[in-house]
Amino acid sequence: MNKLASSRPKTIDQVKASLPKRHLSEKVFRSIGLISIIISLMFLFVLFYTIVSKGYTAFQQTFIQLEVNFDERLLDPEGTRHRDALSTADYGGLIKASLSKLFPEVTTRNEKRLLYSLVSTGAAYQLRERVMDNPALIGQTQQVWVPVDDEVDMLIKGHTLRDVPEAERRLRDVQIAWLDQLEAKEKLALKFNTAFFINGDSREPELAGIWGALMGSIYTLIVTLILSFPIGFATAVYLEEFAPKNKWIDLIEVNINNLAAVPSIIFGLLGLAVFINFMSFPRSAPLVGGLVLAFMTLPTIIIASRGALKSVPPSIREAALGVGASTMQAVYFHVLPLAIPGMLTGVIIGMARALGETAPLLMIGMVAFIVDIPSNILDPATALPVQIFLWADSPERAFVERTSAAIIVLLGFLFVMNALAIILRKKFEHRW
Amino acid sequence: MFRKLFILAVFLMVSASSGLAQAARDYISIVGSSTVYPFATVVAETFGKTTGFKTPKIESTGTGGGFKLFCGGIGVAHPDITNASRAIKKSEIDLCGANGVTEVIEVKIGYDGIAIANSKKTAALQLSRKDLFLALAKNVPDPKGGEKLVSNPYKTWKQVNSKLPNVAIEVLGPPPTSGTRDAFVELAMEGGCKKFDWIAAIEKKDEKQYKAICQTIREDGAYVDAGENDNLILQKLQANPKALGIFGFNFLDQNIDKVQGSTVDGITPTFDTIADHSYPVARPLFFYVKKAHVGMIPGIKEYLHEFTSEKAWGDNGYLSDRGLVPLSTAERAEVVQTVKQLRVNIICN
Repeated sequence: MNKLASSRPKTIDQVKASLPKRHLSEKVFRSIGLISIIISLMFLFVLFYTIVSKGYTAFQQTFIQLEVNFDERLLDPEGTRHRDALSTADYGGLIKASLSKLFPEVTTRNEKRLLYSLVSTGAAYQLRERVMDNPALIGQTQQVWVPVDDEVDMLIKGHTLRDVPEAERRLRDVQIAWLDQLEAKEKLALKFNTAFFINGDSREPELAGIWGALMGSIYTLIVTLILSFPIGFATAVYLEEFAPKNKWIDLIEVNINNLAAVPSIIFGLLGLAVFINFMSFPRSAPLVGGLVLAFMTLPTIIIASRGALKSVPPSIREAALGVGASTMQAVYFHVLPLAIPGMLTGVIIGMARALGETAPLLMIGMVAFIVDIPSNILDPATALPVQIFLWADSPERAFVERTSAAIIVLLGFLFVMNALAIILRKKFEHRW
Repeated sequence: MFRKLFILAVFLMVSASSGLAQAARDYISIVGSSTVYPFATVVAETFGKTTGFKTPKIESTGTGGGFKLFCGGIGVAHPDITNASRAIKKSEIDLCGANGVTEVIEVKIGYDGIAIANSKKTAALQLSRKDLFLALAKNVPDPKGGEKLVSNPYKTWKQVNSKLPNVAIEVLGPPPTSGTRDAFVELAMEGGCKKFDWIAAIEKKDEKQYKAICQTIREDGAYVDAGENDNLILQKLQANPKALGIFGFNFLDQNIDKVQGSTVDGITPTFDTIADHSYPVARPLFFYVKKAHVGMIPGIKEYLHEFTSEKAWGDNGYLSDRGLVPLSTAERAEVVQTVKQLRVNIICN
């Protein structure tokens, strides 16, 4: 009793003596963890803040209200209403006429040029579309909102400085005076920038849109999905459930893990050598892009799918085999249904990675200026991240905000895809 | 089921590959220089909107990469036009010839100046090509005199030239893969390098050594490789008014309210000084057309016509709005004739 009493306090003393130190180290460890989370959140916040603060203005565009007289003498002098004649008519002339009506005091050739350059070149195409849709417009006068030139847009949005000497900005004093007059008459307004969502690329920032790049991304991802989904699933199921344990299978496994870490540009080089140079597929086509990205995402999908299959308890397999099912039946009717949510998550994460990839597309010619919207997997196309890359390198200032806006759209898609992966997992996941 | 799918996929790939190789292309395919890209794309877009043809596809591959693709052969799989920020080299002519691309039309489209600019928050610098060479070369003549090279000792502009301000040398410029950098080292640095008679004398004896002396940029941090993105350089200049940036004139032209170009040998980079060749750091821009493809791919002739029309490349054309410095009227008239007659001026064999 005495012995115990004397020895017990000793251990407790030791424990107690070391307690502050252990608590301290735990505290330090916790706070380091917390600090690193805070730091990464801060970086994330800074990233989002810069992108959103730079980009949100691109979702609006300055428009000018013009009273357009769809003059028959200008559009259809012969009165035939023939589609060819209407399509090639001088719609720029209509814009010029209505601008001149707003500012009758502008007479010299040089000043007129300055005045006309306030309105986007896209305005004429917009009028053409209106007339082609409804030839009855000819002869009428209508109030039309048309986009302004990107320089004007930048000035209205405050991205161009007003208070520098005239020689040092791209808009002349007289142009700014006209704009102030227009603003006073409420003929200028910021409106939702629909063009950004429905147009293809353009070198006029006010006409440039992401729809072409988005369609390119979608076609590319469809090809990627069609190829990598079945191949990835089949490989994972075979390796996990059927493959014998031998050196060859080990070698394949090691290689799949290595491939997952290969830089994506290597897959681009492979695509260039095999599909374009050897099989003569067309350059810049989503078909080739999809093939290359499928190679790139396959290892990711296989590894994630095998993880999902592994997490199904062996008891399920054994019970199925025990009641007389064949291996194939056990896999298809018992293991796969339980593993599918995890496998799909892998596929979606692989697709999200493919969506954000630019480097392999560089090699196969998808980094290109393409105006027409691709309509199938053989048309030349770009992809969303490529569009961002191209805009980021454009000299016109209005592309700065459009670059950020395109990044917001891309982030939105990535967010939706990752959220889908989480929802699928939460909804169908089994826990044992 | 998976096996069937797999077989189907392989079958599709094989049949597609044999079918696609023969498929016709109904749009013009253009590759080449990233310097010409902003101009060629504007022309292509206007061409696509005003004619019945499809809008050409333009890839920005760099001048060298463009020639490699362009000289790959004749046929729909190969590009029709390549843009270049320098003239075609002998080795590239040989490559074209070896692949059966024998008749090529060279079209000179205008000039591009290279600006050495800083933020408007500080005064503009008055540089000479010699200053640029001394400030940026890896090895420079010994400041103590004599015909000897030492590794660049200059830390501030004042040390280079006593008339320049006492600020540290910090220049943001394009990477070695860029055509703009090639032109900068050739025009600005080599131009300054030649001012030393004994170095100029080396050129005749050993051209390789001469090039190495004149065209090697220092690697001790005074020259910062800022990537191909000129917008990034602009943003960094805003943040750091002491730094200088090297980029194409069209970027200076578009951002004239925020940055200013330094004078080189007393000449400010403007439209007029580049056009009359008085600004020393300027170079011509080109594109090259494969004659065999004219008629095979629809629209090439019309595209050439659009590019060489006054409303595009003229003194008041839409390309000059974008910062392309036009050729002189006489030069333009000559090129228009070449284009009209599709006169082959480069024969590769």
